[in-house]
Amino acid sequence: MTGPDAGELVVAAIVRRGDFTLDVEFSAAAGEVVGILGPNGAGKSTLLAALAGLTPVSSGRIVLDGQPVDDATTGVFVDASSRPIGFVFQDYRLFPHLSVADNVAFSPRARGLGKQAARAAAAAWLERFGLSEFASRKPGQLSGGQAQRVALARALAADPTLLLLDEPLSALDAGTRLDVQTELRTHLQNFAGPCLLVTHDPLEALVLADRLLVLESGRIVQEGSPALVARRPATEYVSKLVGLNLYSGHADGSRVTLDEGGSFVIPDQNQHGDVLVAVRPSAVAVSLRPPEGTSVRNTWPARVVGLTLLADRVRLDLSGQPSILVDVTPAAVADLSLRAGDEVWLAVKATELEVYNRKPSP
Amino acid sequence: MDTVDTAAPRTRLTARERDRRAARGAGSRSVPLPLLAPALVAVVFLVLPLVGLLVRAPWGRLISILRGSDATQALVLSLWTATVATAIALAIGVPLAWVLARGSFPGQRLLRALVTLPLVLPPVVGGVALLLVFGRAGLVGQYLDKWFGLTIPFSPIAVVMAETFVAMPFLIITVEGALRSADRGFEEAAATLGASRMTVFRRVTVPLIAPSLGAGAVLCWARALGEFGATITFAGSFPGRTETMPIAVYYALENDPDAAIALSLVLLLVSVVVLVSLRDRWLRTGAAS
Repeated sequence: MTGPDAGELVVAAIVRRGDFTLDVEFSAAAGEVVGILGPNGAGKSTLLAALAGLTPVSSGRIVLDGQPVDDATTGVFVDASSRPIGFVFQDYRLFPHLSVADNVAFSPRARGLGKQAARAAAAAWLERFGLSEFASRKPGQLSGGQAQRVALARALAADPTLLLLDEPLSALDAGTRLDVQTELRTHLQNFAGPCLLVTHDPLEALVLADRLLVLESGRIVQEGSPALVARRPATEYVSKLVGLNLYSGHADGSRVTLDEGGSFVIPDQNQHGDVLVAVRPSAVAVSLRPPEGTSVRNTWPARVVGLTLLADRVRLDLSGQPSILVDVTPAAVADLSLRAGDEVWLAVKATELEVYNRKPSP
Repeated sequence: MDTVDTAAPRTRLTARERDRRAARGAGSRSVPLPLLAPALVAVVFLVLPLVGLLVRAPWGRLISILRGSDATQALVLSLWTATVATAIALAIGVPLAWVLARGSFPGQRLLRALVTLPLVLPPVVGGVALLLVFGRAGLVGQYLDKWFGLTIPFSPIAVVMAETFVAMPFLIITVEGALRSADRGFEEAAATLGASRMTVFRRVTVPLIAPSLGAGAVLCWARALGEFGATITFAGSFPGRTETMPIAVYYALENDPDAAIALSLVLLLVSVVVLVSLRDRWLRTGAAS
């Protein structure tokens, strides 16, 4: 390890697979957990495959700990089996014919350790993950949470420089997911190198990642802290994921004219140019008559087109200028006797609006 | 309207049949008569000869017949040649199956067709072909003879070669199919864990296709054990040297029909054992699908 960037991952690469092109440029520091968020088909799996050496890059390069592991210009390509990476697959891919201990010992064995030494190394990892009692079981006899831990232990037993996790919790049921998530967080914090975590669960990203990359159609469309991405989503996809209404528009002083029609008065007096406006569904008030004598700056009529009962509230789908999703309590729905087709008035305070500059689309 | 109802076909369902249909969640399972009759003919045709074999078997003298004839040495020859042929098929056929399943090269389809040709080729033709190549004057055989003094035809080696030629494709297509349908994800996972391609093959691929490998080997062995045409053409029928069980049965039928029946029973027994060992693979999947 030399220099301040020891262990750093630097990627500037294009990967073509048929019609699909992944074009990304980013870096991840040692000890940093980078969450990769994106819809299906965004290129998340392609990115992990390229980093793991399962797919070569078409152009550009991948540098890990100062060493190029894939460089289309010089032709350098380090095969998956020689790359210092640990890969936790979405479906874990534990070898069904090997015991838990042999699964974890697989990498030490493959890297040349003797049978006994590999077993000993595996035993230490199993101990650390609280899996010792399952050592002789076959993967088929494990619960989802246990299998997830074995997969992580197996990846870490390879002593990787870079750790890749592909939706590590998606195969778990909601109950165990929370426990495993907390535990995973501890293990990821203890990992010395950079860690890339693919997910499409914003909460998971929020809890586990230090930084988020949002990948859409093969490109990074947003990069930032989880909190920032959740508060100021750059795209429709992220806004839906974090449950915000998102509008693009043009700011001119203290008013934003929305692209889809309608406008908002915003708290800032000097906002200019192309902006995004994010509105929380719970920040909007619904009434049957036009609000009068109110301090609320933004009021507009809308028609109820749908009602969906969520866990503890009702989500109203409202058509107007602009259209919006609003969360109200079931009691409010009853009091106002709201039905699909009803005309209502909406109100949202200017201070509830999150207004930020829109980056020119890549 | 009641009149319409009476026109509809009606059957009486017994309580037992009602239970059965309710349990299966399906309608009538009775076979239409035009299918039932030919099906029964087929069953009789397939089973009757086997029954005949059992009925005509000289049960009382069975042991003494088998002891007295060349049966033992024919059986021993058949068993070891079939086993060696299977071992050779495993050693060279499995790698070929891998190449066919995973490789990507021009002429791959043609190669697959050529490799599986012995499946449909009359075994006698295979025997003639082997003779033309490995015979004393054959393409390769003349040099084996000239340089090493090695004569293959009409030797136990020829038996093994004839059996391997005919039986190996069964192993190859079984293993190739398994390799094609195997989950490549496990191999990728092994690669990310630092396993070389050979280690992946040895420690992940082969164990994962073990059931198919076993089935293919048993199938190959059974085919080698029953091999007749290619063997008699290429290896002849010297008792104790190249006369395998099927050949012994064939010649015994002329001189000593009881011995032929006894030998046939031994082969039938072996076949039943093979079938039982494969029941999970074929009998059950046949029933399930």
